Amino acid sequence: MSKAILYDSTLCIDCKLCEKACADRNKLPYDDKIGAEEKLSAHKLTAVVARGDKFMRRLCMNCEEPTCASVCPVGAFRKTAGGPVTYDATRCIGCRYCMMACPFNVPKYEWGLLLPRVRKCDMCADRVAAGKPTACAEACPTGATKFGDRDELIAEAKERIARNPKQYINHIYGLNEVGGTSVLLLSSVPFAEFGYRTDILKQPLPTLTYRVLSKIPDLVALGGVLLGGIWWITHRREEVAEAEGNQAEVERKKE
Amino acid sequence: MKMQLPRLTFWKALFVLILLAGLYATIVRFTRGLGASTNLSDNFPWGLWIGFDVLCGVMLAAGGFILTATVHIFNLKKFEPIIRPTVLTAFLGYVLVVVALLFDLGRPYRIWHPLVMWNPHSVMFEVAWCVALYTTVLALEFAPVVFERLRFERPLRILRTISIPLVIAGVILSTLHQSSLGSLYLIVPEKLHPLWYSPLLPVFFFISAVAVGLAMVIFESWMSSKAFGKQLELPLLQSLGRVLLVVLGVYAVLRFEDLLHRGALPLLLHSSYETDLFLLEVVIGLLLPIALLANPRIRATAGGLYLCAVLVVLGFVTNRLNVSITGMESAAGVHYIPRWTEIAVTASIIGAGFAIFALAVKYLPIFPEAIGRAAHPEELRGEMGAA
Repeated sequence: MSKAILYDSTLCIDCKLCEKACADRNKLPYDDKIGAEEKLSAHKLTAVVARGDKFMRRLCMNCEEPTCASVCPVGAFRKTAGGPVTYDATRCIGCRYCMMACPFNVPKYEWGLLLPRVRKCDMCADRVAAGKPTACAEACPTGATKFGDRDELIAEAKERIARNPKQYINHIYGLNEVGGTSVLLLSSVPFAEFGYRTDILKQPLPTLTYRVLSKIPDLVALGGVLLGGIWWITHRREEVAEAEGNQAEVERKKE
Repeated sequence: MKMQLPRLTFWKALFVLILLAGLYATIVRFTRGLGASTNLSDNFPWGLWIGFDVLCGVMLAAGGFILTATVHIFNLKKFEPIIRPTVLTAFLGYVLVVVALLFDLGRPYRIWHPLVMWNPHSVMFEVAWCVALYTTVLALEFAPVVFERLRFERPLRILRTISIPLVIAGVILSTLHQSSLGSLYLIVPEKLHPLWYSPLLPVFFFISAVAVGLAMVIFESWMSSKAFGKQLELPLLQSLGRVLLVVLGVYAVLRFEDLLHRGALPLLLHSSYETDLFLLEVVIGLLLPIALLANPRIRATAGGLYLCAVLVVLGFVTNRLNVSITGMESAAGVHYIPRWTEIAVTASIIGAGFAIFALAVKYLPIFPEAIGRAAHPEELRGEMGAA
């Protein structure tokens, strides 16, 4: 059963305990100064963004069909059965195509290091595999970040919206975006105010490139036959012309 | 050669200056990392090295597959005299693209990883394989020139037997990765500006590579006339010009139809940073050269053809930079200007390309007159194109 995180921004009190728990789990430094940074970076894999008294988390959406996993030339990203999208730094060549391609601009780079890695939230893949909730969900004191089965969390999100239609925007962010994500968001104000794009395609982005890539084997076979054929015809013409030329010469000599 | 000495000295001085700057930039890049040596950031992860060195580098080297296909597949033997300089340019071009990649990759020592760690869903994976294979093909296509000089008879015979399959493989590999460089951007429908994002990106990249390949053959003929006193005969340049006009026409119609059907044309009514650079690209790379080439009087002169070739090259370099940089800026929310170290590395790579080409011309039988001097003519007759 695929796991997911449901974040309900109406329950969030901006205590930033999720940020702290995330930093601890990923062995990253954390203090008030880092806490005040409202954007993701190589040293901050989740961030609580404040707009007045409204809050919103940013973290890797752990897509159902991840763009990063599709574009990576060495397969460093994997969608695990449990939901998390993991990154294997030992494969990574540092082409940064994942950063270009991610529709949520999640992967960040260790620009200051000589041998940099890509950094992103991996939904605590090791904890999830061991049957535990993510560090952020465990640390959340209000239940704003909740960990569970994706299907059950979707049902719960729908129920919360139905129960309090005035409190919520009628949109579960991550239900359909790029084919669905393992992080689901609820909000009382438009997602765009927190920098979440709402014009994102509903289809998984990998289909956009695979549609073209999947034709390559056919193209190679077709191209080989076509070019070989053209070569044969153009050179055959020459041989024929030469042979006919010779024939004419031979006949001329006979006469 | 003596008459050109003063100019060569100036170019040499400039070349040394660029190379010194490039050397310093290289030290910064490999001791302090990408953050210190580039203006790249989390918001803008691909800059000049990908946009120019890789995207434009591969495009500018397209002459290689165009000409080998013309001579060996379509059997247009009259173009044989320029096949060697063109294949050499292509080979150098691809080697330099790989060098540029070593600068850009965060972990350059793992550049071989895509060859063993497969991900067939990745366009980048496909490009990596194609570039690796095609660089090998180009090396084999150029090898006869070196073997001839060294008089290696057996390898020469072997290469001659496999020359046609090699050419066919080269054309297919080129078709694949020239278009795939466009496919790289299919994955960013929300990020790339609608003036450039199109499902037809791979088609556009391929057709423009053909146009630039033709333009580069004309341009290289001009360069070699300046530097080595060797150039193509006018009728050859003229027929290249006619084909170039047709390719540009096809591209222009397709590009316009695409903008029309995607409803992106109205974007041109509003003046913006993107619109201006789009117009620059279209005027330099399409409208001007098409107008000039359509005029029979201009098309008939070497000067007119050289001018058109330069316009096409500049126009499509602008196109590649627009796709990779201009078109990505607004979604990224940043304005990217390369750091001087990035420019120094790029300039050094271009400079190194020119220098190696000049050396190769000096020591290897590249141009027809040199071929005559280097080896037995009867042996070479079948050989010249076997590259």
